[in-house]
Amino acid sequence: METVSLEANFDAKLTRNEMIEPKDWMPDNYRKHLIRQISQHAHSEIVGMLPEGNWITRAPSLRAKIVLLAKVQDEGGHGLYLYTAAETLQISREELLDQLHTGKAKYSSIFNYPTLTWADIGAVGWLVDGAAIMNQVMLQRTSYGPYARAMVRICKEESFHQRQGYEIMCRLAFGSQEQKEMAQDALNRWWWPSLMMFGPPDANSPNSANAIKWKIKRESNDQLRQRFVNQTVPQAEFLGLSVPDKELKWNDAKGGYDFGTPDWNEFENVIHGNGPCNKERLAARVEAHDKGRWVREAAAVFAAKKKGMDKAA
Amino acid sequence: MESKDTQGILWEIFVQKKPGQPFVHCGSLHAFDKEMALQNARDLYTRRGEGSALWCVPSSAIVASSPEDVGPFFDSSNDKVYRHPTFYQIPEGVKHI
Repeated sequence: METVSLEANFDAKLTRNEMIEPKDWMPDNYRKHLIRQISQHAHSEIVGMLPEGNWITRAPSLRAKIVLLAKVQDEGGHGLYLYTAAETLQISREELLDQLHTGKAKYSSIFNYPTLTWADIGAVGWLVDGAAIMNQVMLQRTSYGPYARAMVRICKEESFHQRQGYEIMCRLAFGSQEQKEMAQDALNRWWWPSLMMFGPPDANSPNSANAIKWKIKRESNDQLRQRFVNQTVPQAEFLGLSVPDKELKWNDAKGGYDFGTPDWNEFENVIHGNGPCNKERLAARVEAHDKGRWVREAAAVFAAKKKGMDKAA
Repeated sequence: MESKDTQGILWEIFVQKKPGQPFVHCGSLHAFDKEMALQNARDLYTRRGEGSALWCVPSSAIVASSPEDVGPFFDSSNDKVYRHPTFYQIPEGVKHI
């Protein structure tokens, strides 16, 4: 009886478009869904620092270097916003990190692709951050308060990320022939994985129904993917680059582009650990965590010692 | 040393945009002591000049009303319409009041 009324109350709140806050009653599956989604999102931010970090020491100018440093620092910050949002759902930071390090939790499969040239840094900012923003703009209105508020902060900061990426693409696309080829090569390699970032097609997406029902997501994977294609293709045309999709064609009737199907077998493969960089990425995270252990231990001992001194004084 | 691999305690961070304005909650973070909490808060929440001052409060020190009590807890103020200026009638022609 009691449970029924709590659940009815929860549903009524969602219907009224009110946010759910940490101390509100929520169905256990809503909590689990959010922990999975928010932690996956947090891990993606942190692991996402790695492919870009790869180019910090080799950025082609001092300006490019400070910009890339600032961007990678932002990604670290975004991870921290999201971890603390996840922690409001009764899971500890240690557990969250442990799930990442043991491979139990996933992160966006896009970060398992390598950044081979400087043009990849442009393509990542333009396409990968562009796709992430599309998703995150929607999540600003997600039903869970702490997640929505973290998204508002993140979206404010992300727009510089996409613009700096497009700026790099402009420099290369309007540069020498060799530079233009490098830009085209990066677009060729990042286009399809970027489309995959929105997740499997709606018909085949195991978590989508609940996410929509609970207003965690307001739009479906396919809707977001379509919008991304509509916005991005003209940007590629401006650069004079071609999108690597033979089926891509403007469809007047729907007011959007028709486009080909991503290779979902590849998607499954990368998600299940067989992408080009899965092992390297995870190993780098585990190593960073292990190497930081002495810092955490020293900080804990120092804090305890200072507390003792405060009491004695 | 035998220790749980801890992240430090949780702190709630409040940012004041400009002097004179109220402090607004912006999120939380982990830190081991007050000094580290302040430094982390600066690095995490004010990377773009968002603030002129910061408060860091251990999360455990915050006392919050519970959502179930919203009705009864705040009820008592709803029936006191005489707390609002519009409750009072002022004769026409009287100005600046």
